[in-house]
Amino acid sequence: MLSYLVRRILQTVPIILAVAFLVFVMFSVIPGTFAASLSDDGRAIVDVTVVERMNKEFGLNDPLYVRFGKYVGQLAQFDLGMSFRTRQPVTKVLADRMWPTLQLSFAAMLFAIAIGVPLGFIAAMRSGSFVDTISMVVAVSGLSLPKFWLGLLLMYLFALVLGWLPSFGYGDGSLRYLILPSIALGVAPMALLARTTRAAVLDIMNADFVRTARAKGMSESRVVRWHLTRNALVLILTTVGLQFGTVIGQAVVVEKLFSWPGIGSLLVDSVTLRDIPVVQGAILAIVLFFLFVNTLVDVLCAVIDPRIKYT
Amino acid sequence: MTTKPLLEVEHLRIDLAIGDARFAAVQDVSFTIMRGETLGLVGESGCGKSITALSLIGLLRPPLNLSGGAVRFDGQEIQNLPADEMRKLRGNRIAMIFQEPMTALNPLSTVGRQIAEMFVLHKGKSWAEAERLAIEALVSVRVPAPERRVKDYPHQLSGGMRQRVMIAIALACDPDLLLADEPTTALDVTVQAEILDLIKDLCAARGTAVLMISHDLGLIANMCQRVGVMYAGRIVEERAAEEIFQAPRHPYTNGLIASLPLLGARARHGRQRLKEIAGVVPPVAAFPQGCRFHPRCYAASETCRAVDPVETHLPQGGFVRCHHHV
Repeated sequence: MLSYLVRRILQTVPIILAVAFLVFVMFSVIPGTFAASLSDDGRAIVDVTVVERMNKEFGLNDPLYVRFGKYVGQLAQFDLGMSFRTRQPVTKVLADRMWPTLQLSFAAMLFAIAIGVPLGFIAAMRSGSFVDTISMVVAVSGLSLPKFWLGLLLMYLFALVLGWLPSFGYGDGSLRYLILPSIALGVAPMALLARTTRAAVLDIMNADFVRTARAKGMSESRVVRWHLTRNALVLILTTVGLQFGTVIGQAVVVEKLFSWPGIGSLLVDSVTLRDIPVVQGAILAIVLFFLFVNTLVDVLCAVIDPRIKYT
Repeated sequence: MTTKPLLEVEHLRIDLAIGDARFAAVQDVSFTIMRGETLGLVGESGCGKSITALSLIGLLRPPLNLSGGAVRFDGQEIQNLPADEMRKLRGNRIAMIFQEPMTALNPLSTVGRQIAEMFVLHKGKSWAEAERLAIEALVSVRVPAPERRVKDYPHQLSGGMRQRVMIAIALACDPDLLLADEPTTALDVTVQAEILDLIKDLCAARGTAVLMISHDLGLIANMCQRVGVMYAGRIVEERAAEEIFQAPRHPYTNGLIASLPLLGARARHGRQRLKEIAGVVPPVAAFPQGCRFHPRCYAASETCRAVDPVETHLPQGGFVRCHHHV
């Protein structure tokens, strides 16, 4: 178990290097520099001496491989560099933004699990019925709605028309501010979870061991509790893990829309400003979180399913 | 042996629904099983043996359903029992073992727990007591080191061991009737013999009646007192085991027995092709008019094509469903 975890952690090292490299290359080939982004429209020419000084200060005159080498060296010491804009360490910038993003993602996944899993279960239990049709229509619609549009609708209804909830912002960090963005972000994984749960439950309902359970003289509710739930859980957990990663990535859109001060909005702002160290740091943070959640899911699955070995 | 049969099945009919159409997958099937007796049901795949067994304990799932006939168990009609009454019989007085020991056990539960469930469900035992009884149940099916085995998960056991666990589950509550649906088909030949001996010994010791379903004639000959031969959803011949194998009366039974390879036949008669019955079992939606076996029958006549034969009862017991029975 411990050696499995250590191995999983070591496996993240090449992934992080690969991501760092990709981001590095990408930002060296796209047009625009930090210096240029300081002018109003990003196109006017800033004083050449200023640009020259900045490039020198940030080490941007070095060739790509030298800069990458330096960056990796810093990474090894858990140093993500300095933000071009705020001159603060990137780790600090990220730390300030991490909590709101975690709040948002967890709230969105909580919403997705709390609604999606029971919905899928009910649909499977009454497969072919009206309930099944309705819940799957809801699920497909949920998957198809663009997040920014859904977010705008939610704002319009709950903030403008009904006036129940604040339309945007983090406010004092209270739950009221969290509700709308987490629904906007949670609807798509909710829909996907509903579909996955339905498929998993239906699949297991037809399994031979469920027939055995019935032949033992078990009531349907016992069949579900003793034999179906745990088997379905393995499949559901895997989907939850993958969706968690997607949610963190998609939080970029929702955070921007709701002016939520998380990693996502930080990422968008930093891309616009070509604040490359922050962009790299933010992407690495998202990747790390994704890896962390999926390792956690793998471990949980191995706890539930004795056939999965820690190898 | 008492004279009252343990199980009486009369004119059983099982419908298969395809869209709005209904086809009789099993029709007019009648048989009885006495206490402690072993009845064999043989036939090719797809002739309705398994669904007949499933229908007896109300386990048919759509698109199949029991649509006619009567099932009397220990004098009580059970085909229309309310679900909770049926559950008291199922597993407790009528148990079933399935063909696939690989998939018939829950992969996420220990075998001990899966056996213990029986005692909790039907005997009102606590889990702790039930787990202890599960060890005894494993002992009775001759599983070595049962104290350790109860903690194992199904994937840690071999196919034969899993089938032993299935038998332990089935016999846990000392049922009156065991439905064994091809219990050895998925196993190695050597393991098959062990499992069959086990079923035979345990059921004989407890007086459990068995409905043994198989397409293996040798197994049926070895295990059963009486044999019903099924073809296309009907029993075409049902007689005492030794009679049916010595002098089959229905052309289908005859064909089945003739197609058995004989040890030493090549030495005596030289190299010959194995005999076979031409054709395949028709699908449920395409059962032919008249006798259902006529398209494959060597003795088929005009009557066979037009008229469905009825059961002809034989003086020495049993019946055959053929216009031309010998």
